[in-house]
Amino acid sequence: MMIAPLAFGVLIIIGWPFLDTLWLSLTSAQLTQYTGPFVGLDNFVRAFHSPQVREALQTTIIFVAITVTAEVVLGVLIALLLDQPLYGRNVFRALLILPWALPTVVNAMSWRLIYNPDFGGLNALLTQIGLIDSYQSWIGSPSTALYAIAVADVWKTVPLVAMITLAALQGVSRELLEAARIDGASAWARFRVVTLPAILGPLTVAAVLRTIEGVKVFDLIWVMTRGGPVNSTKTMSIQVYQEAFANFRAGSGAAQGLLIVLVSMIMINVYIALLRRQASQ
Amino acid sequence: MKQPLYLRILLHLAAILVAIVTLAPIVWLLLVSISTTEHLTTLPFEWIPDHLDLSNYRQLLSLADNSRGDLFLGALQNTMIVAFGATAVSLCVSVPAAWAFSRIRGRHASLLYVVVATYMLPPVALIVPLFALLNAFDLLNTKLGLVLVDCSIVMPFMTWLLKSNFDNLPHEIEEAAFVDGAGMLAVLRKVTLPMAKPALATAILFAILLLWDEFFYAFILTNDNRSQTLTVAIANLASGRVSDYGLLSAAGLLTALPPLIIGVLLQRALVSGLAQGGVKG
Amino acid sequence: MFARSKSFGIAFLMLSLGGLMPTVASAETLNALFMSQASYNEDDIRSMTEAFTQAHPGVDVNLEFVPYEGLRNKTLLASNSSNGYDVVLFDVIWTAEYAQRGLLEDVSERIDPAVEDKVFPGAWTTVVYDDKYYGMPWTNDSKLFFYNKAMLSKAGFDHPPRTWQEVADQAETMKEKGIVEYPLVWSWPQAEAVVCDYTTLLDAFGGRFLDDAGKPAFQKGGGLKALDYMVSTLDNGITNPNSTQYLEEDVRRVFSSGKAAFALNWSYMYDLANDPQQSSVVGDVGIMAPPGVEGVSEASGVNGSMGLGVTSNSQHPDLAWQYVQHMASPEMQNSHAERSLPIWVGSFDDPDVVAGRDDLMSAAEKTFTAMIARPTLPNYQEASNLLQVALQQALLGDSPPQDALNSAADQISNLQ
Repeated sequence: MMIAPLAFGVLIIIGWPFLDTLWLSLTSAQLTQYTGPFVGLDNFVRAFHSPQVREALQTTIIFVAITVTAEVVLGVLIALLLDQPLYGRNVFRALLILPWALPTVVNAMSWRLIYNPDFGGLNALLTQIGLIDSYQSWIGSPSTALYAIAVADVWKTVPLVAMITLAALQGVSRELLEAARIDGASAWARFRVVTLPAILGPLTVAAVLRTIEGVKVFDLIWVMTRGGPVNSTKTMSIQVYQEAFANFRAGSGAAQGLLIVLVSMIMINVYIALLRRQASQ
Repeated sequence: MKQPLYLRILLHLAAILVAIVTLAPIVWLLLVSISTTEHLTTLPFEWIPDHLDLSNYRQLLSLADNSRGDLFLGALQNTMIVAFGATAVSLCVSVPAAWAFSRIRGRHASLLYVVVATYMLPPVALIVPLFALLNAFDLLNTKLGLVLVDCSIVMPFMTWLLKSNFDNLPHEIEEAAFVDGAGMLAVLRKVTLPMAKPALATAILFAILLLWDEFFYAFILTNDNRSQTLTVAIANLASGRVSDYGLLSAAGLLTALPPLIIGVLLQRALVSGLAQGGVKG
Repeated sequence: MFARSKSFGIAFLMLSLGGLMPTVASAETLNALFMSQASYNEDDIRSMTEAFTQAHPGVDVNLEFVPYEGLRNKTLLASNSSNGYDVVLFDVIWTAEYAQRGLLEDVSERIDPAVEDKVFPGAWTTVVYDDKYYGMPWTNDSKLFFYNKAMLSKAGFDHPPRTWQEVADQAETMKEKGIVEYPLVWSWPQAEAVVCDYTTLLDAFGGRFLDDAGKPAFQKGGGLKALDYMVSTLDNGITNPNSTQYLEEDVRRVFSSGKAAFALNWSYMYDLANDPQQSSVVGDVGIMAPPGVEGVSEASGVNGSMGLGVTSNSQHPDLAWQYVQHMASPEMQNSHAERSLPIWVGSFDDPDVVAGRDDLMSAAEKTFTAMIARPTLPNYQEASNLLQVALQQALLGDSPPQDALNSAADQISNLQ
């Protein structure tokens, strides 16, 4: 009885749209009419043959791989650092909340200005300390644009991973660490044997969450590059948006949207498999 | 256990570097927002502006008709209405459901997982039917429509968060109330909720934070200042409509201010919540 | 009988007083969709509409304003609801799509041949698809060529360039003399802007987007030469390399801060580049029609206009058409000419309209005669995306111009 309103709400605004997306993906519906003849798996077949979709899938996977890896590695390093006895440790930890709370669109805009080819802070910094000779076009060049966006994403979400890890580190047994140290275990060995198993669970949860978010990414890229230059930052979400809302092909857009769900599910299963293997070792 | 001095210095330097990188994009935004365009585009770049230019903030906070302030404050109002509205609706739905999931074990557990799993669905996989749904009920470009759709983001997450909090509340007092013959709703209202006040506050703040950040649905489902939210207004400005970067940065910072404050308020709840693994990024 | 003819007489009197009004009594409502921001603003459109409702008692016009991005969505989505719009504003690049979807009424019969000659031929291309007319051109715009007079004379030139070759030559001289690091600035990002700049050059080099059979033809002749020209200016360092990232507003900022000698941009930049609050080159701003190519063309341009049309499911097509005519009339256009350039050739000889803006007006007049439209394809948006990517591939050195254009041409003909 008490669950009914939630069940009803979820059904209306999530369940039904999802089922409808499944149905739409099998039709050639247009956004204007919203109904179209049944075409079977034609939309999926075409999506797999479309160079744009392939490229967007590839870009999405690269983006997720880069950002999640960087976020996990840097997040753990920062957490370990802030777990040390430091003067003002609480201030350092409190700062972590800021990137996490900053709205994504504002983050994207801020980095867009940092990368600006005429007055961007990054260009000013790098020229003044002599690392580059002249101002670069960081998000205007297809070879650097995706990485530049990844940096913005990493900046915003590393703190979350660090906070999760930091919380997990509090559960690591100090006695065990001390005992290992006295036994002469190296820092790396102590991390691998004592610390890592304790933080692996929460870290995997963080990685899964970041993967789901990474596969969905839209606002960050839309504000920074809109998918350009030369489609080098066009991820699946942008591709689906174009297909459904610029080209008005609702059916085909729905099919491509489902591909995103598929990518998400595959990546999450990979993590779970990795976690299982780790656990069984 | 005492660390050698050189290591202590190194660790502090590393922590300071992390702090600088964490603050840099926000400071950059502040810097751009108080500089004139001439100052920004004069090379080599001077990091400290020679005078404080607050005209951007003044413009944004002016109430004159058709001014930038009109646009900005209108979007702010829309964001607030949508965020508070969707939070209120979700709260009404999630509280009883979370309580039921927490107290009535077993039978509906799988339903809870279905609800939580909806988080995996990217908005692009739902957007076409949602768009058609709102179009059919003439709710496109309305705040009401956006409130309803945004509930799809908040409801599952809120139910999950509240459920794990309810799990930790003592059951004895509730049971005593039941023995006294109180109905379910009465127990929930008079006994459980007063105990769960901190959890409710946390859930509300999280929900507002999520909704403040929301971009994709607002971007597709609204198209003018009657219902456009801050994130969409900023994204539109940032992607080419305006070359006035100072104004843009000021708007970004003002938009970020409420979430940043909420973030600081949430610090403690977030860290303890993270320890339980019950928070999404 | 007497009473009736008397009331008829009164009606007739009102009619002649009121102007052109054929039906008076029944209250009718028109729904019209316009754009907020850019060219005519909301106040302009409201005052123009007021003039219409005053002349047509009993007629109501509901105005709705959306940003440019929302115009096409709104129009397409309202097309199968019965209480949709009667009058819609549309960009030149959507005409083919709207026409093919049967969304706009064919008004070829309604346009007076006498009126036809008074409007710039380039402006008419805004509303024509397949030789049929789907409305009246309303806002009129093209990319124009801006130059910095001070830099020009400092480099020792006594006249602005007359051909694109001369643009390159003068720019090289300026660069050599150290007057400005990158003399040329354009808007060449992955966006519609790059297609507009390319179209201007394609026009100058005598190219065509589509051949007579409607197949892509931009990959050869003038279309190829245009892209070759763009790439060459990047290669020899006279074009600001950040152009591949700049939108129109960036071009304005660079030109207005004195960091470019030549720029291609829409007409709106003229007033803003002369505004001391926003520009440091006030008084040095020269404007002209984009140049031509020796032996091929005198001038060039790209149609960036918008049209007003009557939807085919309008309940009041006659009244709606009157409203369109009113909004596009010389009176309305001339009295708001500071926002959007008129479509009427005669306006450019009207001293009231030209006053104080002679340079802009004469540049625009020449361009409006020369300008061409971007390809009129029903799925323009998609074709344009493909073309944008191809242009950027060449500009960023990822592939030779010929290959990039060939691949775009192939993909676009597959769409058809």
